[in-house]
Amino acid sequence: MTRIHDMGGRFGYGAVVPDPDGTAFEESWHARALALTLAAGALGSWNIDMSRHARERLHPREYARFSYFEKWLAALANLLVETGALEVSDLLPRASDQTAQALSSHALKAEDADALLGRGSPTTRDCQGSARFSVGDSVRARRLAENRLVPGGHTRLPAYAAGASGRVLRHHGFHVFPDSNAHGLGEAPQPLYAVAFPAAELWVNPEHPHDEVVLDLWESYLEPVQ
Amino acid sequence: MESSENGRASAHGHLPPDPELRVKALEEVLVRKGLVDPAALDAIIDMYQNRVGPRNGARVVARAWSDPGFRRALLADASDAIAGMGYAGRQGEHVTAVENTRDTHNIVVCTLCSCYPWPLLGIPPGWYKSDEYRARAVREPRKVLAEFGVTLPKDKAVRVWDSTAEMRYIVIPERPPGSTGLDQEALAELVTRDSMIGTGLPMEPRR
Repeated sequence: MTRIHDMGGRFGYGAVVPDPDGTAFEESWHARALALTLAAGALGSWNIDMSRHARERLHPREYARFSYFEKWLAALANLLVETGALEVSDLLPRASDQTAQALSSHALKAEDADALLGRGSPTTRDCQGSARFSVGDSVRARRLAENRLVPGGHTRLPAYAAGASGRVLRHHGFHVFPDSNAHGLGEAPQPLYAVAFPAAELWVNPEHPHDEVVLDLWESYLEPVQ
Repeated sequence: MESSENGRASAHGHLPPDPELRVKALEEVLVRKGLVDPAALDAIIDMYQNRVGPRNGARVVARAWSDPGFRRALLADASDAIAGMGYAGRQGEHVTAVENTRDTHNIVVCTLCSCYPWPLLGIPPGWYKSDEYRARAVREPRKVLAEFGVTLPKDKAVRVWDSTAEMRYIVIPERPPGSTGLDQEALAELVTRDSMIGTGLPMEPRR
């Protein structure tokens, strides 16, 4: 089974509302929420897969109700408590504050922000292993789009592609495997492929016979098609 | 086996419900504990509000339109090609450029969250992060394009890129008619943010 964030293909949504001139942040608190999330992430207590998973496992009712940056804030507060950086009592109004923070030596300094963001966190890894698939190979996405390491765990195989057949379009090299990395089980890098699926493999009523959807999928999400 | 659920998943419920007050409360406690420096927050906001945005991507596209050698390099290894222009970093560590042609129109989405090439396009617009776009762009891209005022010829295929990994995608739109002779700066003016996501087309030059 899947979680509420796995939205690709769902029915019931209305029109998309374009915003041609858009500013970076619609509200000033959006900017603050983004900056707070990035700065807290710089403490190094979690990785990007853990933070994605923290948003995904918000209660489905909250996930649906929260605006985008509200999801970020809620997940951030949860992660801070889960990793021990904060106590639940710290989140209460007028919390007393005696705890010494060993972690504070890791706090991001203003003069380091540009370098940190400019560097990012590459996920490619040099690996000796060989890739199972080559460009042009026919492959099928696993029928069950679930994390195989942790029940209900993080995964990047969307439900709409599960069981569908496609062909390998690109080989992106070895990348950190989110299903493992999100749970502190190691980076376990695997070959990552861009796989093209004909729209008719994914939808009962595709808009056009030549349309395709391309997904980036890790090797263990795929099986060969004879 | 560890389960991904845990009893503390609703710790955030102790914060005030109003989002603006939530940010304030969380910032206050993190600053008090020395975990966050408010000046670092200002520096991060300044970067994405004032220094990194879709003009970066527009310069890349304009250069690809004008310089065949750069275009080849960009299509072969976009991360490397854009790093040469000074564009790299968070949410753009790995980039692939996909080119619109007479036969194919590309459009980018992230159905699972909101992956987007920050160093080239900045922070994603609200609609890109909306449930509507995430749900529909993969299943009915042509209807979504119509909502952006874009209608494609019947013989043109749509290729939707769902950003499910750390690879970020930028669309290189077709160079608009009537733009012969324009320099890169003038060409970049024609490149809209949406044309690099695939939900728009570049502007045509004024005559």
